[in-house]
Amino acid sequence: MSSQDIPEENLPAEQDHAHGAVGVADEENPFADPGLPPHEHRIQDIDERAAKRSERMVALLFTVSMLATIGFIVAYLAIPNDKSIFVFPIGHISAMNFALGLTLGVALFCIGAGAVHWARTLMSDVEVADDRHPIEAPADVRAKVHADFRQGAKESALGRRKLIRTTMFGALALVPLSGVMLLGGLGPAPGTKLRHTMWAKGKRLVNMNTNQPLRPEDVAVGSLTFAKPDGLEEHDEDFQNEIAKAALMIVRIQPGNIKDKRELAWSHEGIVAYSKICTHVGCPISLYEQQTHHVLCPCHQSTFDLSDGARVIFGPAGHALPQLRIGVDSEGYLQALGDFEEPVGPAFWERG
Amino acid sequence: MKKLSARRRHPLAAVVVLLLALAATGGLYAAFAPAGKAQADESSQSLTIKEGKKLYEVGCASCHGTGGQGSSDGPSLVGVGAAAVDFQVGTGRMPAATSQGAQVPRKKPVYTQAQIDQLAAYVASLGAGPSVPTEQQYGPAGADVAKGGELFRTNCAQCHNFTGKGGALTKGKYAPSLEGVAPKHIYEAMQTGPQNMPSFPDTTMSEKNKKDIIAYLNAVNGDETDNPGGMELGGLGPVSEGLFAWIFGLGALIAVAVWVAARTAKAKKS
Amino acid sequence: MSTTPNEEPRSSRGKAPAGERIADWADGRLGIYSLAKANMRKIFPDHWSFMLGEVCMYSFIIIILTGVYLTLFFHPSMNEVEYHGSYVPLQGQLMSEAFSSTLHISFDVRGGLLIRQIHHWAALIFLAGMFVHMMRVFFTGAFRKPREINWLFGFLLFVLGMFTGFTGYSLPDDLLSGTGVRFTEGAILSMPIVGTYISMFLFGGEFPGHDFVARFYSIHILLLPGIMLGLMVAHLILVFYHKHTQFAGPGKSEKNVVGMPLLPVYMAKAGGFFFLVFGVIAAIAAVAQINPIWAMGPYRPDQVSTGAQPDWYMGFAEGLVRYMPGWEINFWGHTLVLGVFIPLVLFGLVLAAIAVYPFIESWVTGDKREHHILDRPRNAPTRTAFGVAWVTVYMVGLVGGGNDLFATHFHLSINAVTWFVRISFFAGPVIAFIVTKRICLGLQRRDRDKVLHGRETGIIKRLPHGEFIEVHEPLSQEQLHTLTAHEQYKPAEIGPTVDENGVERKVKASEKLRVKLSTAYYGEDNQIPKPTVEEYKEITSGHGHH
Repeated sequence: MSSQDIPEENLPAEQDHAHGAVGVADEENPFADPGLPPHEHRIQDIDERAAKRSERMVALLFTVSMLATIGFIVAYLAIPNDKSIFVFPIGHISAMNFALGLTLGVALFCIGAGAVHWARTLMSDVEVADDRHPIEAPADVRAKVHADFRQGAKESALGRRKLIRTTMFGALALVPLSGVMLLGGLGPAPGTKLRHTMWAKGKRLVNMNTNQPLRPEDVAVGSLTFAKPDGLEEHDEDFQNEIAKAALMIVRIQPGNIKDKRELAWSHEGIVAYSKICTHVGCPISLYEQQTHHVLCPCHQSTFDLSDGARVIFGPAGHALPQLRIGVDSEGYLQALGDFEEPVGPAFWERG
Repeated sequence: MKKLSARRRHPLAAVVVLLLALAATGGLYAAFAPAGKAQADESSQSLTIKEGKKLYEVGCASCHGTGGQGSSDGPSLVGVGAAAVDFQVGTGRMPAATSQGAQVPRKKPVYTQAQIDQLAAYVASLGAGPSVPTEQQYGPAGADVAKGGELFRTNCAQCHNFTGKGGALTKGKYAPSLEGVAPKHIYEAMQTGPQNMPSFPDTTMSEKNKKDIIAYLNAVNGDETDNPGGMELGGLGPVSEGLFAWIFGLGALIAVAVWVAARTAKAKKS
Repeated sequence: MSTTPNEEPRSSRGKAPAGERIADWADGRLGIYSLAKANMRKIFPDHWSFMLGEVCMYSFIIIILTGVYLTLFFHPSMNEVEYHGSYVPLQGQLMSEAFSSTLHISFDVRGGLLIRQIHHWAALIFLAGMFVHMMRVFFTGAFRKPREINWLFGFLLFVLGMFTGFTGYSLPDDLLSGTGVRFTEGAILSMPIVGTYISMFLFGGEFPGHDFVARFYSIHILLLPGIMLGLMVAHLILVFYHKHTQFAGPGKSEKNVVGMPLLPVYMAKAGGFFFLVFGVIAAIAAVAQINPIWAMGPYRPDQVSTGAQPDWYMGFAEGLVRYMPGWEINFWGHTLVLGVFIPLVLFGLVLAAIAVYPFIESWVTGDKREHHILDRPRNAPTRTAFGVAWVTVYMVGLVGGGNDLFATHFHLSINAVTWFVRISFFAGPVIAFIVTKRICLGLQRRDRDKVLHGRETGIIKRLPHGEFIEVHEPLSQEQLHTLTAHEQYKPAEIGPTVDENGVERKVKASEKLRVKLSTAYYGEDNQIPKPTVEEYKEITSGHGHH
């Protein structure tokens, strides 16, 4: 198509190659290909002693390889698996791993080095030229294939019998749908799963470290605490799925330093509870700087200001961390006053 | 005694006395400390505070104020406790140069441990705060290393990395490497939350929790820590591994390839 | 038919040697002699850069060998177990079976740690090798006809290698890889309309669920490597079929291939190279630790460590995600998560850019001939500049992906590093393009001077009238040929706007674009005309020193 309109003369001329004219200077064209330079002998080609030396070198390498393999077997059998040794400058390492790796490495490397040394010094190093042939078929072959194909197509009558063609394509197009349907079993529909967490009104905030419910007086200004909903235990079948959404980060800020009104309203005496799950792609964000009240995500460096509604102040996150409304129950423990008002974690199409 | 009575007029003197009294009472319950010894402790304590005050006035007062009330150059030290002083001065962070970068780095301590104790005692006398932990609190006896690992990954790894190699914070600040930091200082850091590090008070992270964390850290980032696979490559994860694979892995293989493909030496040089 | 009675007896017993008889037997059934006739003495040119592909092939074989061993011990299950193995700092911890079996391989299987480390190091080297191999092919123009399809095969191998690596990295279910999987889930969620469905289907419900390790396992050990193995075989067959490219030089032409025969030299060199590669990787696995999952701990979605990065080959994607601003558009109850989705698209686009380049270049040149002589990068300045610009984008991504470590190790602010990377993403490739092109043109000029005026010898001579000159030694014919062997295209021009009947022809926009591109490639100032025979003769006959 479009390349047809390039005039031939715009393509560079074939290089002038003087074939077979080895070493003959061309008076007409000083840039012409002088041909392959004459072969030069290696030391090993003319000096039998040098060749012998090479042979011994190759044999030595193969022998070292054999010894290394024996070393590997001995190491495998003799070294206790938990033995630790100090190797300068590597440090305290597993004796087994070190011994096996080095012996295996030497055994393999020496085989390779021997073979290559053999090839480089003792096998012929005369360069040979091999002719290339065009990849594309000659015109007659091309014509024959086209003709054969046309004949075959004609004999199948696919072009003429439209009904067969249409229904066949239809059937072939539909049959993969069965496979696609079967993939439906891979998982449930999203539904509203991503919108809810385990938090609900009256759920106590349980300290991750001590597994005890938190009281407001436990949480000091400048401290950082992580919490989970009461009733979620590590042994639970769905612990991972639940904690992936419910993990909380609790800090206490002097109420006067809280800039966001809603944040203050949803806090308890300056204690604020934010989702620990980054709104970018879901890393557990928790690099809390207690002086700046900034919290940084270790994965992609989204930075949120916990004293200002956890709004994004840097990085790729698109919206603030969701805040959990908290209060204190009759026994003086911190409790949630409901679920998060918005989905926690990464944003998604249906989030809105 | 004159100096001591002067001290007693300090508004916080009552608190100090109360604390000392409480400590003494606790000691009575714990063992059978005779009253006379408590008395002696008190007087030696006051001497320590006196010495500490001298050191304070020379080395700290210019930023933190003559009474530890703080100034534009340094925060108030009232109520930070002996633990904070022991950490800040013991890790060389204090005294800090007047113009600091993003954060005060760890360096060689300027004071001896005895001087640090005196300073700590003086600052502790300004207001109640966490005291310097004892060997029993941060020592390895009775610690659960695995539980410490879990706690470390929940509370610490996000800033300090899996095994405490440190990491970046915002605007040039960083969580320092925990390599070679004394267990006592780690304990104090958790307790007091130096600089931008949040604190992990006993109310939310129990003494036992802290002990476990220190034991874990010693197991994975101590002098005797095993890296069974070989060089740790900084313990920084895939970035250093990738660099190593490129430079030493592929680099070595390319060097080998150059040897394999190179011409063998010819008999005569042309 | 397998024995021919009138065959000349080789041994004293009147029978051919055993090897020969077996070969005859096989030939009668497989026709191996016809295959061997074409290939046994096949010529391969010698150049270290032609062995980069072998590095990849061999590391792939090493990965398969060690990977099979690892499957003997690994349990691809997310069932929760309490650990009671020999690694003390995790004893009593809850973890998935996948994680605990990886600990078992590392601490309780003799040599298990070594095989794990060889597997992982070989994977990093495999991908690095493919990257460098691909760049070698790119910068020497080896992708030109007839090798475009093989270029695509190679590209696919690179991309599939990335995903095979990523799924493998995720299998131990440790805290680092789990964070990476979580990121993948977040990236999938950002896809408009289908994101949540794909995420639910991939993880069998909500993240992390109980399925992804088993699913990634079958993808990692069966689906992707199966495709890759097929592609690699096809890639190799095409290399054999097309015969290897070669650099210009005396005796080398488009019509031949100069080198040494497969049997015995290449059999020994290439066969030996496999052992060399394996040996080097085994030694690395002996001395350098990789992915110490025991130090990272089991995955929990509420835990994380700083310095959470993927393996290097995903670092470029990681970088794109890190330096993207957090754009998010909410409308009609929907969210368009551009902050994640744009990097996802860019990731594909950047890779696609290098993949389709050969087709763009061949469209611009309109060249339909076969090319077997490699270009020196300087002689294709625009291509080289484009390649360097692409590598720059890639490298900027890598730096961005490690921005936190750059910040801590060079005592910089992470925000400054991120901003630097953001600006570099746009400015870097442009600067790289311009600078590379300048350098290429400079080198072309130097080649031209060398051809016309000879090599600078460094010998200073004083002429009778006191002038000092540097003696220039004329080049040999071999060197003259090598330096002038490259082809130079003329820029395309818009054809006559009226056809032979005088009717005005409409010039298509695509044609105009092509002419523009062609001028940018081959126009004045975009390549230095190589010296002509006339110029050379004029200068040499005058014996003038410049």
